[in-house]
Amino acid sequence: MIAETGLIALWLAGALTLLQFILGAVGLRTDREAYFAAIRPVAIAQGLFVALSFLLLIWLFLRSDMSVKLVAMNSASVKPLLYKFAGTWGNHEGSMLLWVTVMGLAGAFIALFERSLKTRTLVATLAAQAFISLGFYAFLLISSNPFERMFPVPADGQGLNPLLQDPGLAFHPPTLYFGYVGLSVAFSFAVGAMITRDVGAAFAKAMRPWVLGAWIFLTLGITAGSYWAYYELGWGGWWFWDPVENASLMPWLAATALLHSVTVLATRDGLRAWTLMLAVVAFSMSMIGTFLVRSGILTSVHAFAVDPERGSFILALLALYIGGAMALFALRVGTVKEGSRFELVSREGALVANNLLLSVILALVFIGTLYPLFVEAITGDKLSVGPPYFNLATGPLALMLVAVMAAGPLLRWRRDNPRTLLNRISIPILITAASLFALALFTTGMSILSLLGMGLAAGVAIASFAPLWKRNLRRTPMHTYGMVIAHFGIAVALVGMASEASFTEEKLVAATPGDEIVVNNWKLKFEAIEPVAGPNWTALESRITAQYGDGALHPINPQNRMFAAAQTQTSEAALLTRWNGQLYVVLGDGDSEGRWQIRVWWKPFVTLIWYGGILVALGGLLAMVGRLRRGYKQRKQREFAEAML
Amino acid sequence: MNRWLLWLPLALFGLFFAAFATGLIMPKDNIIESKMVGKPMPAFSLPGAVEQRPALSSADLAEGKPTLLNIFASWCVPCIAEAPHLLALQQAGAEINAIASRDTPQDIANFLNRWGNPYSRIGTDTTSKVQLELGSSGVPETFVIDGNGIIVHQHIGDIREEDVPKILKLLEDAK
Repeated sequence: MIAETGLIALWLAGALTLLQFILGAVGLRTDREAYFAAIRPVAIAQGLFVALSFLLLIWLFLRSDMSVKLVAMNSASVKPLLYKFAGTWGNHEGSMLLWVTVMGLAGAFIALFERSLKTRTLVATLAAQAFISLGFYAFLLISSNPFERMFPVPADGQGLNPLLQDPGLAFHPPTLYFGYVGLSVAFSFAVGAMITRDVGAAFAKAMRPWVLGAWIFLTLGITAGSYWAYYELGWGGWWFWDPVENASLMPWLAATALLHSVTVLATRDGLRAWTLMLAVVAFSMSMIGTFLVRSGILTSVHAFAVDPERGSFILALLALYIGGAMALFALRVGTVKEGSRFELVSREGALVANNLLLSVILALVFIGTLYPLFVEAITGDKLSVGPPYFNLATGPLALMLVAVMAAGPLLRWRRDNPRTLLNRISIPILITAASLFALALFTTGMSILSLLGMGLAAGVAIASFAPLWKRNLRRTPMHTYGMVIAHFGIAVALVGMASEASFTEEKLVAATPGDEIVVNNWKLKFEAIEPVAGPNWTALESRITAQYGDGALHPINPQNRMFAAAQTQTSEAALLTRWNGQLYVVLGDGDSEGRWQIRVWWKPFVTLIWYGGILVALGGLLAMVGRLRRGYKQRKQREFAEAML
Repeated sequence: MNRWLLWLPLALFGLFFAAFATGLIMPKDNIIESKMVGKPMPAFSLPGAVEQRPALSSADLAEGKPTLLNIFASWCVPCIAEAPHLLALQQAGAEINAIASRDTPQDIANFLNRWGNPYSRIGTDTTSKVQLELGSSGVPETFVIDGNGIIVHQHIGDIREEDVPKILKLLEDAK
């Protein structure tokens, strides 16, 4: 009964979405107040029904109801509870349901809380949101019903892909989804604004929290995903420029650009057309990302279950939404009035530079990711584009971006004097120069890119706090603190990346128990190989003790795991974290003479990459809360003033 | 701003859409074929795997008559599935030699007793060294070799019933 109730709730939510779209479309055409008034409750009801449907699917997974096909295919009764829970969205159907659920809840949220936008624009936004959701409802209900039963009922399920049986999975995909869906809301706002030609500061202020929210989730999702790949795939790297990783990076790049241009629109009413375009591009990137991952069109290390039929469906939706929005853009933007102008050396100028650099980086990643696809379509050759291209193409631009990031917040709006700017950033420039000098003097073997990265990071770390200089810290708005922390986080991550790239030491040995391995200051003693067992796996575990200098002995025990349910083997790296870096050990195969392949890395300050990512997200959170609070206060004051009149 | 410029994003998007659609429609083959196809068999000499059959060396595969070289293992489930079709090939006149990958004599003997023995010679490759030199990455795989020891074709995965006539034709063509 649970499954049937879930399916009914899903159909009802789909029907309400259709109603929401019709109310909006007809309402805008006929300009009837009654339609406008009805759309809010419909959007709220839609959100509630789809959430109910998703909760019921979670319940089915927690109960291990094997008569439901999706549960039987993706879960097993011996699985730990957390993975049963996370297994709900660790598959195609469940993750699509999660997607529409978040979209539905976002629609309900707008209907409940958005009060500053003009009614017509709000209605157009909700109608656009419903239109996007409709495609996904059709997708779910027609070709990927998550509640389908199966007969005969199997004794047990097939289990979840062992690589995905990790606490990281419980949070990584939903985090990215929240980000993607947040961008879909920004997209809906942009479409709504284009339909009513109401592009201005009010629109930007209404859209901004959604962009910020989406961006926070994307930042966290990418940070978590990078760390997951780092310790789970056992290759010792933290970013592989794999198509699936790029699929999550591209929306982030677009969202970062959008985040900065929307601020220009909200504060100075400039960059109107550009901001609309970015909102469309940001959502396009999340749709294209989903398409690339789900259609199997590009070969990737991330083994997703792929299906060309699903690919065609997403591609059709992509053509409809993105093509439609871009046609609307071409038709309408010519009639949107030009916003206010500004000088080149100004806060706006720096933000435009930020936008241009981010767009070029985005284009380079996009081209690199899709180039193999183009080549195969034209010549039939198979090839792949690897890290050398991406690092070389995007690295220098990213460093320029970081330099702009240091200067931008110190510039005044509208126009500024280049000389006073130089005055303001003289200390960071000196620090950068000094650290470049020191690094060149005391280290060997650093690549130019890492050297510049490290030097810039030192200057930027200081420069990011400069906006607080000589200000009353208690009266400084919260969103300024948010910016400071986010920019500081970028510098921190940059130090981690440059350090990992330059100072990592690696050793690959064939060792027999009793051997000693030395890497940097670490002494590792390979004690023994022992079998161990977990709830649904067995493993060979190597017992190793690691000692840093003359410090304490730490156990570090990498494993070769064999999962019972799917007969799959994974390599579980073991990590040991110190304040100054991470020791990373992987156990490989054994040979007939009793030797075991052991790979050891010492990665100085590698953890700063992810700490930086978390700081960036934290900065975003502060900015969002600060903006929301300020908006709320201003509205209260306005209402109070109106009441007094 | 030039009005036509506003249509540029849509035009670019159209271009990508076309590429995606082509990529989706085009048949996908993700099988990695050995670079050895069209080249002579690498030189090797493997000891015999079981008492009933002689050992295998690369010279045995260049004696004028096209042959099949099957790489199998007793621990491999698809190898069981293809066993009857290998027997059918042998009954149709094909000479089949084999390399047993990472296996023990006892296990191989049990496997052959149970599922049939279509092989003329069986070499045992305990470390997969020869298998890797052949550019084969898994079991089962079957190579079609002409009378001069040149690899003509590589069949990856188990041989199905419908593959039998194709392989016989390849052997015929290799004469």
